[in-house]
Amino acid sequence: MIATDMTALNTTDIWTLLACLGLGCVTLLTRGFFIAASKPLHLPSWVQRGLHYAPIAALAAVIVPEIVMTQGALMTSLLDARWMAVVVASIWYMKRGSVLGTIVTGMLVYLPLHVGLGW
Amino acid sequence: MRSLRQVIAHPEFAVGAREMAHASVGILAWGLTTGMVLSNAGLSTFEAVFMTIVVFAGSAQLAATPLILVGAPLWVIWATALCVNLRFIVFSAHMQPYLAHLSRARRIMYSYILGDLSYVMFTKRYQQPGTTDDERNAHEAYWVASICTNWVAWMVGSFTGIALASWIPGEWGLGFAGILALLGVTLSLASSKLRIIAALVSGAIAVFAFALPLKLNILSAIAIAVAAALALEQGRGYVRRKP
Repeated sequence: MIATDMTALNTTDIWTLLACLGLGCVTLLTRGFFIAASKPLHLPSWVQRGLHYAPIAALAAVIVPEIVMTQGALMTSLLDARWMAVVVASIWYMKRGSVLGTIVTGMLVYLPLHVGLGW
Repeated sequence: MRSLRQVIAHPEFAVGAREMAHASVGILAWGLTTGMVLSNAGLSTFEAVFMTIVVFAGSAQLAATPLILVGAPLWVIWATALCVNLRFIVFSAHMQPYLAHLSRARRIMYSYILGDLSYVMFTKRYQQPGTTDDERNAHEAYWVASICTNWVAWMVGSFTGIALASWIPGEWGLGFAGILALLGVTLSLASSKLRIIAALVSGAIAVFAFALPLKLNILSAIAIAVAAALALEQGRGYVRRKP
C-alpha cells in the first residue's frame, strides 16, 4: 500500500471496491437464481439438499474462530468476555427468538467485561 | 404487466408497507449495528456506503468484511458470501411462480431487494401463487411495498451506523456486535439435528484448520460440514420435509 498509516483509515481501496462489486453480483445471483430465469430450473437433488446445510455451516465457520481464538490460537484463558457473552446471548435467543435481543444481551455482557475488566 | 404507479396505487401496497413498517424498528437497529461494525472494522466511509448499497445483505457483509480486511483472495471472499447467501436460492425458488408473469428487468429489480423478512411475510400471507390477474396484481403490490419499506429501513439504519462509528473508540470491540448478529442468524437456522451437526462440524474445522493459507479454513469447513450432513442424511434414510 502506498498510503501511510495516517491516511490509511480513510483511504478508499480499489481492491475493496472490487470485492464489494463481486459480493453484490454473488448476492444478486443467489436472489435472482430462480426468479430471473424464464423457465423453471431443476437442480440435482443432492444440491437441493446441500442448500439446507451450507448457510448454517458458512456462518458457523465465520463466527466460531472469532469466539474461541485469539491471534490465530485457541484462547488460553477462560477469563474471556466473548464466550460468556455468546452463552448468555444464545440463551436469550432460545427463550425469545429475537436476533436484535441477542445482540443487545450479548453486548450488555461483553462491554462491561471487555472494556471494564479487560477480559 | 402494470406500471409501477398502478402497483403503488393498489390497496395491498398499503397493507404490505404497514406490515413491514411494524418490523422496521428491528431492521433499523440491525442495519445500525451492521453500519457501525463495517466502519469500526476498518472500511472507509465510502467503502462502507458503497458496500451497503451494492450488496444489501447484512450477514454476507458481516462475514465478508473481516476477510476483506485481512486481504483474503477475492474468490475466497466471494465463495464465503455465496455460501452465506445460499438461503436466497431457496427463497428465489419459492418466489419464482409468484413473479413469473413479470418482465425480466422487473424480476431482476425485485430480486435485488429480496429480503429475508419480506419473503417470510409474503409467503405467510399468500400461500399459493396467483391464478387471476387480480390476485397477481395484489401480490405484486404487497411484495413491492414490503421490499421497499425493508430497503429504506435498512439503508437509514446502516448509514446512521456508518456515521456514528467514528465517535466510538475501536478498543471497545464493537465489532463483536457483528458476531452476535451472525450468532442470532445462525441459531435461527438451527432448525434440525443435522443442521446443528453441520454447524458444529463446520465451526470445529474452521478452528482446527485455521493455519491454512488464504482463509481456506472457512471453505474447507463448509465443504466438509455439508458433505458430513448429506452423508448422515443418507445413512439414516432421513426424509427431509419440504421447505
